[in-house]
Amino acid sequence: MAAAIELDGVTRRYGERLALAEVTLTLEEGQTLAVLGPNGAGKTTLLRLLATLLRPHGGQTHVLGHALPDEAWAVRGRIGLLGHEPLLYRELSARENLRFHAALHGVDAAAIETLLATVALERRADEPLRTLSRGMVQRAAVCRALLHDPPLLLLDEPRANLDPAASELVEPLIGRASGRTRVIVSHDPAGALAEADLVLGLVRGRVALHSSAGAVDAAAIAELYR
Amino acid sequence: MSDSPPIRTVVGALLRKELRVELRTFESIPAMTLFSVTTYVLFHFGLQQNQVGGSLASGVLWVTLLFAAVLGINRLFVADAEQGGFDGFLLSPADRGALLLAKGAALFLYLTVVEVISVPAFALLLLEPSLGAAMPGLLAVLALVNLGVAAIGTLVGALAVRTRSRDLLGPLLSLPLLVPVVIGAALSTTPLFSAPARAMPLHWLVILALYDLVFAVIAFALFDYLLED
Repeated sequence: MAAAIELDGVTRRYGERLALAEVTLTLEEGQTLAVLGPNGAGKTTLLRLLATLLRPHGGQTHVLGHALPDEAWAVRGRIGLLGHEPLLYRELSARENLRFHAALHGVDAAAIETLLATVALERRADEPLRTLSRGMVQRAAVCRALLHDPPLLLLDEPRANLDPAASELVEPLIGRASGRTRVIVSHDPAGALAEADLVLGLVRGRVALHSSAGAVDAAAIAELYR
Repeated sequence: MSDSPPIRTVVGALLRKELRVELRTFESIPAMTLFSVTTYVLFHFGLQQNQVGGSLASGVLWVTLLFAAVLGINRLFVADAEQGGFDGFLLSPADRGALLLAKGAALFLYLTVVEVISVPAFALLLLEPSLGAAMPGLLAVLALVNLGVAAIGTLVGALAVRTRSRDLLGPLLSLPLLVPVVIGAALSTTPLFSAPARAMPLHWLVILALYDLVFAVIAFALFDYLLED
């Protein structure tokens, strides 16, 4: 099995503040990594760095076999990022937004209808996004992240704003059943551990916990948030 | 895995998105048009003259259009910055130059629409000679000015929108860079707005075209770096 993500001593700063310090980890293809930690621990920074949206300031970063930031061009278009923002235009409908992203990724727009049907959004797909509920917008964002069939999913609180029924709808797309390599940032340790192979705990940008999900106990998780 | 799509497909998609958002929000064109027409009305009363010509008319026209353009430049990337459009674009394998081309084309179109309304308003409120005789030369200058504003405005807009003081930085950076455009445009049209009208000096058109070309090249060279972290 090849490594989908390899980080070796990766560092990232915002000005003087160290957001990530000497982060080292390896994630094999098809595995799921849960990233846990309190607010400001560097979880979102790690995700944005893996998505090529931030440059590492030190260490070695390899994503899908390519070194970042030099080979970022080879990784873009192979990552699905689902973060706090839906990355969709409020004045456009879900269908218009997805057509726009299909053009950016050079993929067939036919996939749009299948995705909209999967997340049960086809009836509201022509209404401006600003008129939809946050849960519906999140479902549209899931479609946007999956449109180009990426092998690597970077998920930041992916089920935020989703009710249980909507969570079930997106499960085949972003859950373990999707078969994709996943990095999940979550504030729900129990839920994240249940679907993860590996756990990375960050505190103030430093690795405080790095273990297989099965080997982590509740005390170690609690220590992260102390 | 998705390969990089053809740049014309991406430019088309970006431009369609840009125009759709503008048509649904009316954030740029109405503000630019209202500003320019209102300014001509104010000049009409402020100068206490019904008709001006020559360099005064030329200066009033271009300075007003320039300030109207700055309003558009400041709004050009706001929706992208506020709604994650930048990240959405950067996550795709699309050529970064496509965004420059699409934004530049959108700004060019916005300016053209504004001028379709505000130039006749300027002629009606202030201009001494007939606009008809000046029109062919004026159209050429308008096209070159719009190209220059589009190149400089897109570059500056992309730089300013990622800062906290974008409303200040946009005009602060764009106005000095647009001064040569105003000089070239004003000196080109002064003879057209004189009574009787004189021939337009072609060398200013050439200088304007060269300035546009230089900034288009600079914008292409720098744009990738402005988008990256």
